[in-house]
Amino acid sequence: MASASEIAVERDKADIRKRWLLSAPALFLIFIAGTGPLFIVIVYSFLAPGNYGDVKWEFSTDAWTGVFLERDMFDDTLSVADAHLQIFLRSAWLSLVTTVLTLIFGFPTAYFIATRSEKSQAFWLFLITIPFWTNLLIRTYAIQEVIRNEGIVNTVLLWTGIISTPIQIMYTDWAIALGMIYVYLPLMVLPLYASMEKIDFRLVEAGYDLYATRFQVLRRIVLPLVKPGIVAGCILVFIPSLGAYVTPRVLGGGRNLMFGNLIELQFGQGRNWPLGAALSLTLMVIVMGALIFYVRNASRGDRRHG
Amino acid sequence: MAKGFPIKRQPGFATIAMICFFLLYLPIVTLVVYAFNANSSMAVWGGFSLRWFYAAWNNEQVIEASLRSLRIASVAAVIATICATMAALATTRTRPYRGLTAKYAFINQPLMVPEIVTAVALLIFFSRIKVATGYSGLGYLILAHTAFCIPFAYLPIRARLENMDLTLETAAADLYATPWKTFRRVTLPLLWPGILAGFMLAFVISLDDVVITEFVKSGGQDTLPTYMLGQLRRIVTPEMNAISTVFLAISVVIVTLFFLVSRRRT
Repeated sequence: MASASEIAVERDKADIRKRWLLSAPALFLIFIAGTGPLFIVIVYSFLAPGNYGDVKWEFSTDAWTGVFLERDMFDDTLSVADAHLQIFLRSAWLSLVTTVLTLIFGFPTAYFIATRSEKSQAFWLFLITIPFWTNLLIRTYAIQEVIRNEGIVNTVLLWTGIISTPIQIMYTDWAIALGMIYVYLPLMVLPLYASMEKIDFRLVEAGYDLYATRFQVLRRIVLPLVKPGIVAGCILVFIPSLGAYVTPRVLGGGRNLMFGNLIELQFGQGRNWPLGAALSLTLMVIVMGALIFYVRNASRGDRRHG
Repeated sequence: MAKGFPIKRQPGFATIAMICFFLLYLPIVTLVVYAFNANSSMAVWGGFSLRWFYAAWNNEQVIEASLRSLRIASVAAVIATICATMAALATTRTRPYRGLTAKYAFINQPLMVPEIVTAVALLIFFSRIKVATGYSGLGYLILAHTAFCIPFAYLPIRARLENMDLTLETAAADLYATPWKTFRRVTLPLLWPGILAGFMLAFVISLDDVVITEFVKSGGQDTLPTYMLGQLRRIVTPEMNAISTVFLAISVVIVTLFFLVSRRRT
């Protein structure tokens, strides 16, 4: 006869088996249309490009060297691929600008929301959430309407006489940065708010009791407390900025490419699927690196606070 | 310290916040206002008119793309919500078991990989299958949308489950309810707001998707967002504003419902 503990172990095992069965459909679908195809991308990055898109089934590392280097058409020497490097740098730079500016604008906004009464907090959060759930394309189009030559910004500036000819904002790097700041601002505000909401304001009060100035309170008490929120917000903005595709395509007008557009190009006019695959994997490695940095940082923060 | 000293205040923060809210809504409001412009030039206001809404309504491509978007979003959101509910039941209210962390990571995987990378991966994968099977229907889009909707549906359902303890389920079992009956009569009604919230989130996410759809779709399978992306390359008329306004209204309604549902406590 089985003892009570054996029965309990059996029951646990049955429970875990049931839990695996329950999660099987979700895991299966994500594997089929998410994780699995990523492995195919790895394979494709080591093949040679076909003449009309797709690939030729022969091993080649050209795609990977092509990410950073380019082969001279005439004498076959390798040199740094300036065009690619320029696009990488633009992506990194624009993502950085976007992250910093959304932080500068998002921090006070999140703080403002977090210090309202509970009822009005819900209202302000709702106002932040609406644009967040509005189609990205619509928001990008909305920004385009504001900054184009006949848009509001130029109309107002012309009317006031500050400028005499419209400023060309569309199709510049600034347009892309502006669009990304606009589109990703809620992604910065929401995690910041989540960590600010938890601030124990008795600490702030204690600071004032000890004759701290408002700035000192902000720097020495509030900032350290919301650091996890700042890191989370920066990661949440930086990662999609780096892989942005729609915003630079619409606002950059196809001239100012970013990483995402470079990848798309290989599957369209470029007809170099292996290079596109290698570029995608490069982007993914960078993003994963950022995520690992975040996870490490977050877990260290947890330990410190207890 | 003097009474009434506002300890939470930081100078200038409220002003910056107001500027942020203003800038956040200025483009959207402008877009909506110009949807009602009678003039076809976007620069000049020619009086109130609904002509661009009529134009969009009579534009066969727009209607077709909208219906396709809705069809994909409803099927994908339903499947994703069912899968996410099952997965949430399997990963909450349990002692940690082997593979649990891996499951979390796996379910959230679509959130971690950049969208463009997933899009490229699916383009490659599906183009192989298209050649092999000859099938080129909406199935690919539905499959892709279902997969990236699962983590979004999963989040609110899991959050809801974690706040429910097992007391009521145990009580039901003590009263000789079968596991299925317990689930139907106790767990499901309690979980319902979470499931509804998850469904709405998945629905909006699917409706909004541009990048993955743009790469996966076959010819003539434009959804509303990819149709709009194509149009933005040409000279745009206020018809675009009218379409956006309707789309916006749908999103606002769903988000409002989502807020109401997920705020309701047991």
